[in-house]
Amino acid sequence: MRRVSTDMCQVALTQDDLLRRKRLDVCRILPRNYDPSLHPFEVSREYTRALNATKLERVFAKPFLASLDGHRDGVNCLAKHTRSLSTLLSGSCDGEVKVWNLTKHECVRTLQAHGGFVRGMVVRYCGNSFFTIGDDKTIKQWKMEAPGYGEEEEPLNTILGKTVFTGLDHHQKKGVFATCGQQVDIWDEQRSTPIRSFTWGVDSFSSVRFNPVETELLGSCASDRSIVLYDMRESTPLKKVIMTMRTNTLCWNPMEAYCFTCANEDYNLYTYDMRHLERPIKVHMDHVSAVLDVDYSPTGQEFVSASFDKTIRIFSKDEGHSREVYHTKRMQHIISIKWSADNKYILSGSDEMNIRLWKANAAEKLGVLAPREREAVNYSQKLKEKFQHHPQIRRIARHRHLPKNIYHQKNELRIMKEARRRKEMNVRKHSKPGSVPVVSEKEKHVVSVVK
Amino acid sequence: MARVSRKNGIKKTLKGKCSVPLVGLGDQQLLYEEEEDSIDRGEEDIISSEEDEVDHERKRQKLLEGISTLGGKRKRAQGERSEAAVHMSEFTVNTDGGPGKVKLSDLIGIFEKNPAVPAKSRRQLKNLRRVKKSMNSPLSKEETEKIQRDMAFQKAASEVSRWDSIITQNQRAKQLLFPLSQEPAGPRPVERLVAGWNVQTPLEQEIFALLSANKQPFTDPILTPAEEASVRAMSLEEAKIRRAELQKARALQSYYEAKARRDRKIKSKKYHKVQTKAKRKEFLKHFEQMVKTDPAAALQELNKMELARMQERMSLKHQNSSKWAKSKAIMAKYDEEARKAMQQQLEMNRQLTQKLVTPLNDDYEQDEGDAGETDLLPDFVNDAVDGRDASNPWMKGKLTEEPTQKQLNDTTEAAQVVSTVAAEEEELEAEETEEEALLREFDNNRKLHQAQESDIAGGVFLEEMTEDRAAAEDSEVSDCLSEFTIISRGREKSFKDTEVFNCADFTDGSAQLEERLVRIRTVEDLELLHHDPSAEPRHPPTAKDPPSEEKHMGKSKKKKKGIELKEVLTKETNVIKVPLTPTATDSDDPESKLDQRELIKEAFAGDDVISSFLKDKRRHEDEGKPKVVDLTLPGWGEWGGVGLKPPKRKRKRFRVKSAPPPPRKDQHLPSVIISEKRNTSLSLHQVHSLPFPFEDHGQFESCIRSPLGRTWNTERTVKNVTKPRVVTQLGAIISPMAEEELLKNKRAVAREGS
Repeated sequence: MRRVSTDMCQVALTQDDLLRRKRLDVCRILPRNYDPSLHPFEVSREYTRALNATKLERVFAKPFLASLDGHRDGVNCLAKHTRSLSTLLSGSCDGEVKVWNLTKHECVRTLQAHGGFVRGMVVRYCGNSFFTIGDDKTIKQWKMEAPGYGEEEEPLNTILGKTVFTGLDHHQKKGVFATCGQQVDIWDEQRSTPIRSFTWGVDSFSSVRFNPVETELLGSCASDRSIVLYDMRESTPLKKVIMTMRTNTLCWNPMEAYCFTCANEDYNLYTYDMRHLERPIKVHMDHVSAVLDVDYSPTGQEFVSASFDKTIRIFSKDEGHSREVYHTKRMQHIISIKWSADNKYILSGSDEMNIRLWKANAAEKLGVLAPREREAVNYSQKLKEKFQHHPQIRRIARHRHLPKNIYHQKNELRIMKEARRRKEMNVRKHSKPGSVPVVSEKEKHVVSVVK
Repeated sequence: MARVSRKNGIKKTLKGKCSVPLVGLGDQQLLYEEEEDSIDRGEEDIISSEEDEVDHERKRQKLLEGISTLGGKRKRAQGERSEAAVHMSEFTVNTDGGPGKVKLSDLIGIFEKNPAVPAKSRRQLKNLRRVKKSMNSPLSKEETEKIQRDMAFQKAASEVSRWDSIITQNQRAKQLLFPLSQEPAGPRPVERLVAGWNVQTPLEQEIFALLSANKQPFTDPILTPAEEASVRAMSLEEAKIRRAELQKARALQSYYEAKARRDRKIKSKKYHKVQTKAKRKEFLKHFEQMVKTDPAAALQELNKMELARMQERMSLKHQNSSKWAKSKAIMAKYDEEARKAMQQQLEMNRQLTQKLVTPLNDDYEQDEGDAGETDLLPDFVNDAVDGRDASNPWMKGKLTEEPTQKQLNDTTEAAQVVSTVAAEEEELEAEETEEEALLREFDNNRKLHQAQESDIAGGVFLEEMTEDRAAAEDSEVSDCLSEFTIISRGREKSFKDTEVFNCADFTDGSAQLEERLVRIRTVEDLELLHHDPSAEPRHPPTAKDPPSEEKHMGKSKKKKKGIELKEVLTKETNVIKVPLTPTATDSDDPESKLDQRELIKEAFAGDDVISSFLKDKRRHEDEGKPKVVDLTLPGWGEWGGVGLKPPKRKRKRFRVKSAPPPPRKDQHLPSVIISEKRNTSLSLHQVHSLPFPFEDHGQFESCIRSPLGRTWNTERTVKNVTKPRVVTQLGAIISPMAEEELLKNKRAVAREGS
């Protein structure tokens, strides 16, 4: 990451700094007199600007871009192409895999990959082939290019497993991939048997993910409510944390080697530091139903979550509440979600057979910006940040529309939580001091850490 | 075969010698004969082949059969086949060295007798017998796996921690540019541009043919195949490193195992006693540190200690009830050691049952969610935000450790004094034996501990009594004190409550989205949103609460004004002189009084709250008073010029005195400041609480006051100030952080260091 700090004499050059200024870019104004007495009311003027910017942001907030339809069953998994931004792969509950061209919003290739669900899909790091797993207990490797005319659609390689696989992920740099089902297996692409299997007293795993930074580490979620960490080089798992409810998926932060976020059944997401599993770094709440999938933005600053409550929410990695909520009338339970590799778009696959394309920043203008335009955007962004604590601006900036049922559900949850809190307080008040300890929200959800 | 035949010959002669050979005996004898024979024959016969052996065996059998049939019509003996199980019962087998146990010496002994065994191996066997050590049994599978997992985790954790510095740097960085490995902007090297250049002229062709024949690179930075190979060979070193690591890990594991085993094996009670004592000492040291650094963990430890104390109190383990204690009590009369042991035990009991009081509970509750605090506290709390900062601890109404501890010590001292007094009394009674005295002491001790808490209360009560005698306005004192504590407690409670709320609901500074059923489509919608009446739930309390709070505080302070507070507080009471009566507990809550004392002691240790409040109030009043405005224009209707003053008459005429404002609302309330400057219509647009990252109002205000726009700043400043935090390139794939970043960072750090 190229950091730009003022204290260091390091000059970071962006594209704009290197481009020659054009005739139109130069503001034709006389040299200014910056005497502050000549430009009074700076705070109130900037406040007005900030207010206007905030209002415009809300007015222009149109995150929904396109819906890709064509699947004949719910979209169960999505996979980003590792080398091409415009390619997306999706697997549905009827075993069909589709390859999409996102710029044209069209399906370029369809293949019947499996008998039952397509449980998982991942593109190899080189981008030339991809792997799918299905309910028919097979792992299949497919070429990325469509077969030529007259050729049959056939997998490059098929591995028949003993049990059903439920999750799949590929190593960042090597020809190694991991699957999970009854146990977590590490496979070499050249072999038909796993090179390593991890078990630790549980019988089914729902998801497995490689750490993209420390590429030999893995994390998996098991049905016994635990999250287990592995090192590919070791013969035993590393550690396990058991939570109060089951974790559906987890996703590693691509910029922070030891952080991962997991989507839990208890409507929350938890960000952990893998070195300290006793206590999550952050609890992210806002969903009103089980969270099914989570994906980090490639910059590692934010992540997006998909929930059973038919909404998508975007969280900052170190904030407890979402900064954005996306929903449409027709979108049903969202099963899979991906953040595009250029940090601009979000892709969601849902129960009602559609894949939806969203903007990651709802009010952002797409396409190339002129330098002056960009400067204006930057300025208004900073203004919004500066005045974000003022009640009026805050109200506008934070206003979101919610569907009625989710709104009511949210209120209900809030009331329940409040009641629980009150009760706990009363219990504490009427019992011996110290006998009812205050358990923080972070600690409440971790049952134990198993070494 | 010749040898065999010769042997047969010998056996035949033997047959003649021994007329009644039993089967078993004959066999042995035969062997002996054979041995002798072989010794006689010397070296040549020692070596015998396998075949010979077999042949020999068969022939011997035949011979034996022949011998047995010699006795005429004797019945042929049946070939018997015995099984080991018949002779050895499985029930008699035991593992602890019974008579049937096979020893090493039994096995080795035969070889010693056998001259065929070479001397060297015999020596080795002898050495072997001397070594008594047997192999350790391996740890159980679970344990081994656990150790392995732990090791692996620690390794992975340390590996991952390499990224710490990069991650913190990125968190602090003002701007992050993505993708990470961007191609440097600017002109590219020629080599890369001409990569796709193909050869055309014959000369060029010749040159390139030559180059390619010698396996030389066409362009500068590209490596020769040999160099590339060497680069690839780096992986060997990596492999070596890996191997070394593995070796180390294995060694470490074995160390761990060995250590655990050793520890487990030691039977010495004394050793374990010493060990536990050392551990305890270590723990105490550690605990003191933990109190400062990690209050949460310390609290847990404290809870554990509390549990131990409870167990001790329940079990009476270190009291006179045990058999050992009773025996010691009998022995105590004659034996110095026994007396000492008893004393030690008593001391132990005293230590274990001593109640610990620390402020950790409060600390712990407050450490959580302070980020979100500003967002969530009711507004009246926020308005008084200066009051709760670290410099003014008394405003928190929080207690610290020392007074309580002191109190406790006092009471324990008192208890000790009492006990010694009791002992003295007992000594006066000459008839009583020492034994009885000791037993009594035990009893006293127990009683004392049972009544400990009431003792404390009683102590306080008594102290107060003495104070009552000393101070004239005692009732007023206690009144105002109790009031003060009630207020402070209320505050504390409200803090706690809000914090609990924080923990429960808001784990950070980010406010929730205000999710509603209204959809915004146009700017007009936004305007409507402004006037949403339901959107103003917080403001009414803001307007009301701070004065009321101030009122409370002021009241308490005003009442105190007449009292010499310092005298009241710093007065030392002579506790020792007061006879301790454990039954004398006052009916109303004793703890509140305890709290009062500590609270006030602490509150007025430093500064004077009352006078500062009065000053504050005076300042407010002065600000509200009308000011005289001088509207005199020099030179108007007069001669003007330097040094000329307008005449007095004129000055008087143009000095405008505004009408006095309406009387202040807090005119007759000496302990209250009611601010009337607040404008509700304006307050709708104002920030009520200090936002999270800011530490004081000044900081926040200065931040708001400095403009960002280019109306007030130079172009360069604006560019600098409005830099977005995250910059991404359009259409570029951002790949995850790679190992190279680590190296880059290391290099950068090294560069900075040098």
